Amino acid sequence: MRRYFGRKLLIYGLTFFVAVTINWMIPRFMPGDPVQSMLSRANVAQPAAVEAMRAHYTAMFGFDLPLWQQYLNFWGALLRGDLGISIWLFPTPVSDVIIRAVPYTLGLLIPSILLSWFAGNRFGAFAARRKWLDNTVLPVGYVLTATPYMWLAILLAWALGIVAGVFPVAGAYGFDLQPSLSWGFVGSLAEHWFLPFASLFLVAFGGWAIGMRNMIIYELEADYVNYLRALGAPARLVRRYAFRNAILPQVTGLALQLGVLVAGALVTEIVFSYPGLGHLILQAIQNQDFFLLQGTFLFIVIGVLIANFVIDVAYVLVDPRTRTGMGEAA
Amino acid sequence: MALNVTDLRVYYRTLRGEVKALDGVTFSVADGEIMGLAGESGSGKSTLAKSLIRLDGRMRHVGGTVELDGAAMPLSDDDAMDEFRFRKVSLIPQYSMSALNPTRKIGRMVGELLDSRGERPDRAELERRLELVGLSKDVLDRYPIELSGGMKQRVVMVVSTLLNPSLLIADEVTSALDVSSQKAVATTLLGFRDRGLVTSMMVVTHDISLVYQIADSIMVMYAGRLAEKAPADVLVTAPRHPYTQQLVSALPEVGVRYEDRRLAGIPGSPPSLLKPPGGCRFRDRCPLAFDQCAEQPPFAEVAPGHLVACWKAE
Repeated sequence: MRRYFGRKLLIYGLTFFVAVTINWMIPRFMPGDPVQSMLSRANVAQPAAVEAMRAHYTAMFGFDLPLWQQYLNFWGALLRGDLGISIWLFPTPVSDVIIRAVPYTLGLLIPSILLSWFAGNRFGAFAARRKWLDNTVLPVGYVLTATPYMWLAILLAWALGIVAGVFPVAGAYGFDLQPSLSWGFVGSLAEHWFLPFASLFLVAFGGWAIGMRNMIIYELEADYVNYLRALGAPARLVRRYAFRNAILPQVTGLALQLGVLVAGALVTEIVFSYPGLGHLILQAIQNQDFFLLQGTFLFIVIGVLIANFVIDVAYVLVDPRTRTGMGEAA
Repeated sequence: MALNVTDLRVYYRTLRGEVKALDGVTFSVADGEIMGLAGESGSGKSTLAKSLIRLDGRMRHVGGTVELDGAAMPLSDDDAMDEFRFRKVSLIPQYSMSALNPTRKIGRMVGELLDSRGERPDRAELERRLELVGLSKDVLDRYPIELSGGMKQRVVMVVSTLLNPSLLIADEVTSALDVSSQKAVATTLLGFRDRGLVTSMMVVTHDISLVYQIADSIMVMYAGRLAEKAPADVLVTAPRHPYTQQLVSALPEVGVRYEDRRLAGIPGSPPSLLKPPGGCRFRDRCPLAFDQCAEQPPFAEVAPGHLVACWKAE
């Protein structure tokens, strides 16, 4: 058991190192100069003042150092918990910007991932046993899961937001409101939350339902099911066993799909101008904001790694076969 | 009489029509009898074994009756059959190695199975029976993956016989085993009968030499019909049906060097069961065939306990 988790932690550590390094590289090798864009935003006319500002900013962000020095400084700052200062929202620290956006992204992601996984598995298992349901659900499921997140998001925004006018299509709450703990604000929050949530939920739901339906049909043909049936075990018991065993690949699937879902949430946020991490990434790219981009990516990497680790632990709990493997050379 | 099968017909539905895998089979198995059921692939022996416990989706019960301990078994009614399964008729499947749910500890699985059938799990009895097949009670706290193939098979044998069924069907149980395990399984089956855990037994196999060691009688099937049923030693030493004769003569004998003498086979192959020919189905491969064979011979008793379906057997 300890060796297993030790090895897992090593792999996660390595992944973290590589991902963070790439995060550091991407903005720096993008075309464009963030200091230049800050200067043009400042709109100063005198060349001497511009030069002074350029020198000031360059030194402040550390761009005058050689690349390797910048890289080491970056790790040093990171280990102290310092993500730098945002260029776009100068001079707000990046960590503050991210912390303000994170609740919105998590509020979208966690319910849509968990609910779609739960509901999709339940529904897929249910559909596998009913022919007419199977025949209608399967094509719908395939269409849903093949739909790009942002396309469904645009479709929903157009149909339910613009044509039907039921839901607002932009922002996380009404433009006329200030965040507060009032019914009006919470209601507005829920209203704005629904469409992005629904577009994420539906796409993922289709995928899980199809996966589960196939797994259940496969499990119901398994030898242990035939044996139980031959011994007259009631369908209830057989279905319970089949569901329990069919869920295992779905747990692995959840680990694999996390990254895709996170990416889906990011583009969905952009469609709905939802002020989460996806929105931040877009702004960071448009404003050449190295530090914000780095910080956001870092946050996503940490989130996905933690979620994967949790799933690894959960898998050990639900599948005895992984536990047996650990006893030996895991 | 423990088991009475009368004119049983079970067909497979296929896209090209019905395959008459079991086409009018009549026999009985007495209380305490271990009957070997032999035949080549496609002879209908597995279909017969399955029909007695659970028809799969493609099988259709076309006609005939099965009586177990005086009660008619509703073969085509899957729900009503549940009353018989496990309690009256039980199965040791061919796939014993994968017959246990991989994600449940064995003890818990057995408990849940018994519970679901409305039986009270008796832990002490279960442990006693495991001991009988040479397993410690620790296996109940293990997952199937932690046991060897042979151990899993023994667990399945214990589970299947837990409710002391009248009829136990052992379907090709030794096919995947090495010879010493085959011997152990055969002895265990014999022990079940001798201890009264199982009243009668049907041992389905294609290995006559193995079933000969434990069976009281052997029944041979050919192309969906019965060819011959006789006490085990009679069937092996003095078979009457030409198919059985050739089958037995194809068995290797101890002491004979087959470098000198080639082992005899049976030329030809069994007929298609999609549209089987009328009359005796072995006719085309039979060295004794004559005009009367165009007519189906009855499965008639030629000596006490010896039944043969051949015109030349009287």
